[in-house]
Amino acid sequence: MSLIRKTAAELGSMIAAGEVSAVEVAEAHLDRMAEVEPKVKAFLHVDREVTLEQARAVDARIKAGENLGPLAGVPIAHKDIFTTRDMPTTAGSKILEGWRPPYDATVTARLREAGLVFLGKTNLDEFAMGSSTENSAYHPTHNPWDLTKVPGGSSGGSSAAVAAYEAPLSTGTDTGGSIRQPAAVTGIVGMKPTYGGSSRYGLIAFASSLDTPGPFARTVLDAALLHEAFSGHDAMDSTSIDAPVPSVVEAAKNPDISGMRIGVVKEFSGEGYQSGVLARYNEAVKLLEALGATVVEVSCPSFTTALPAYYLIAPSECSSNLARFDAMRYGLRVGDDGTRSAEEVMALTRAAGFGPEVKRRIMLGTYALSSGYYDAYYGQAQKVRTVIARDFEAAYQQVDVLVSPTTPTTAFSLGERTDDPIAMYLADLCTIPSNLAGNAAMSVPCGLADEDGLPVGLQIMAPVLADDRCYRVGAAVEKALESRWGGPLLKEAPSL
Amino acid sequence: MSAITRDEVAHLARLSRLALTDDELDHYATQLDAIIEAVAKVREVAAEDVPPSSHALPLTNVFRADEVRQSLTPEQALSGAPAVEDDRFQVPRILGEEA
Repeated sequence: MSLIRKTAAELGSMIAAGEVSAVEVAEAHLDRMAEVEPKVKAFLHVDREVTLEQARAVDARIKAGENLGPLAGVPIAHKDIFTTRDMPTTAGSKILEGWRPPYDATVTARLREAGLVFLGKTNLDEFAMGSSTENSAYHPTHNPWDLTKVPGGSSGGSSAAVAAYEAPLSTGTDTGGSIRQPAAVTGIVGMKPTYGGSSRYGLIAFASSLDTPGPFARTVLDAALLHEAFSGHDAMDSTSIDAPVPSVVEAAKNPDISGMRIGVVKEFSGEGYQSGVLARYNEAVKLLEALGATVVEVSCPSFTTALPAYYLIAPSECSSNLARFDAMRYGLRVGDDGTRSAEEVMALTRAAGFGPEVKRRIMLGTYALSSGYYDAYYGQAQKVRTVIARDFEAAYQQVDVLVSPTTPTTAFSLGERTDDPIAMYLADLCTIPSNLAGNAAMSVPCGLADEDGLPVGLQIMAPVLADDRCYRVGAAVEKALESRWGGPLLKEAPSL
Repeated sequence: MSAITRDEVAHLARLSRLALTDDELDHYATQLDAIIEAVAKVREVAAEDVPPSSHALPLTNVFRADEVRQSLTPEQALSGAPAVEDDRFQVPRILGEEA
């Protein structure tokens, strides 16, 4: 089997055993990228020499006897929203075109420390605002299952790169579903850790009370290995949780769910859900029961108001966070002809540098925070956030995890929703509650929809710092379905 | 009745430091009106006695040790600046002509 088809765990073992070098593994993936990138367009920045230099350095560290952990020498695609010293960082925006950050994000630094090799920076919706990666200021990314479909978003470059075998692993960030939704529609595993479980330092901020870095992989175990590699307390992020990382790798290796109590969220089904999505989802629920779990229906009435609450909270935080792009210290500056004031230059730069979705959200957030509207919109959304957290707490009194479809539909067509922001927002209907409550949640593949042959994701939600439960259930589903399918779901994907 | 007028959108654009064209203002006025109408659903939730959550975790006043450590050099800090003069960020005038 060629190197690009191997899992990250397999590659790590082979490199550690000296069967293959990090350079050889990196070259195999760079060659694959050269072959399929013209079709997939998952990356914004690739520099073969920088990647090979990193791989050579890792090979030298291994040769010197340094103990780097299970992913040493394994290549990874890195979402272009994490700062990187040796690669440009744009957040998918023209306002940061060509920016070279002077420092590494904590996630970046920890991956370097663990010996991972960066293949490049992946495409995203501008500042992670979107569900299709079409809001990238550079180009859209194509879904490897069907190049006319979106790869999800905002981390669509990262999901497409892993699904297209350009990388065994990638990083993402999840603010309202930006890891789970792209994972679901590309047939791979995506995990949103507990908020505060992974560091936001050096992650370009969108909505600080929600943004959470997390892993993409083709297997649940690989996702767990990556999760463990970059998670844990960081003094540079004041909202980082000072507690041990949940034992996710151990859980991924022990897919026993007998006796577990699993709640089916009643509100995430029915009207508005594609029939093929519901068919695969209902089968997955039956499978959980067959594997020994107790399945009960749970009602979380407030979840239907999570989407509107999110589209007040996230834009409010974004309008504040993106005020830092002021054309003064870094990034784009437009119209500074010596006659204009700083404020005029600022307004011209922001108008030129931000795309339509970012402008919409900044203005929406400014509206929700303005006097006269604050209580009715932002204040009320914060109260709804409390109600949602209470619904989760009540549910977790009865069950260990909750499940739902990850998304109401399979991947939609490129261009289908770009002129209809509200239709686009519906892609995150099922994923948003976990962000508002800070809970852990995973998407794991559960089959293909009959009507379009595209992947469907099962969402597994767990309480704060119970991330391991997502991995345990995810691994159980993966093991049972792969034995039914005779291999991973991705073997059904067309060759590119 | 629309939730937001074009004049209000122009005001929001000014507050947001976005120099939008007339066409853009028309476009965003229509879209923001539809979005605000959709998100107004939060107002139907009976939550009068519920405390607001600004955050998912119960964290307050997190401090790290007050220790001197390495930070960016002036060269690093200025490396992405649009304009630099004498080791400083050079910016357009920030005061009015009359000042």
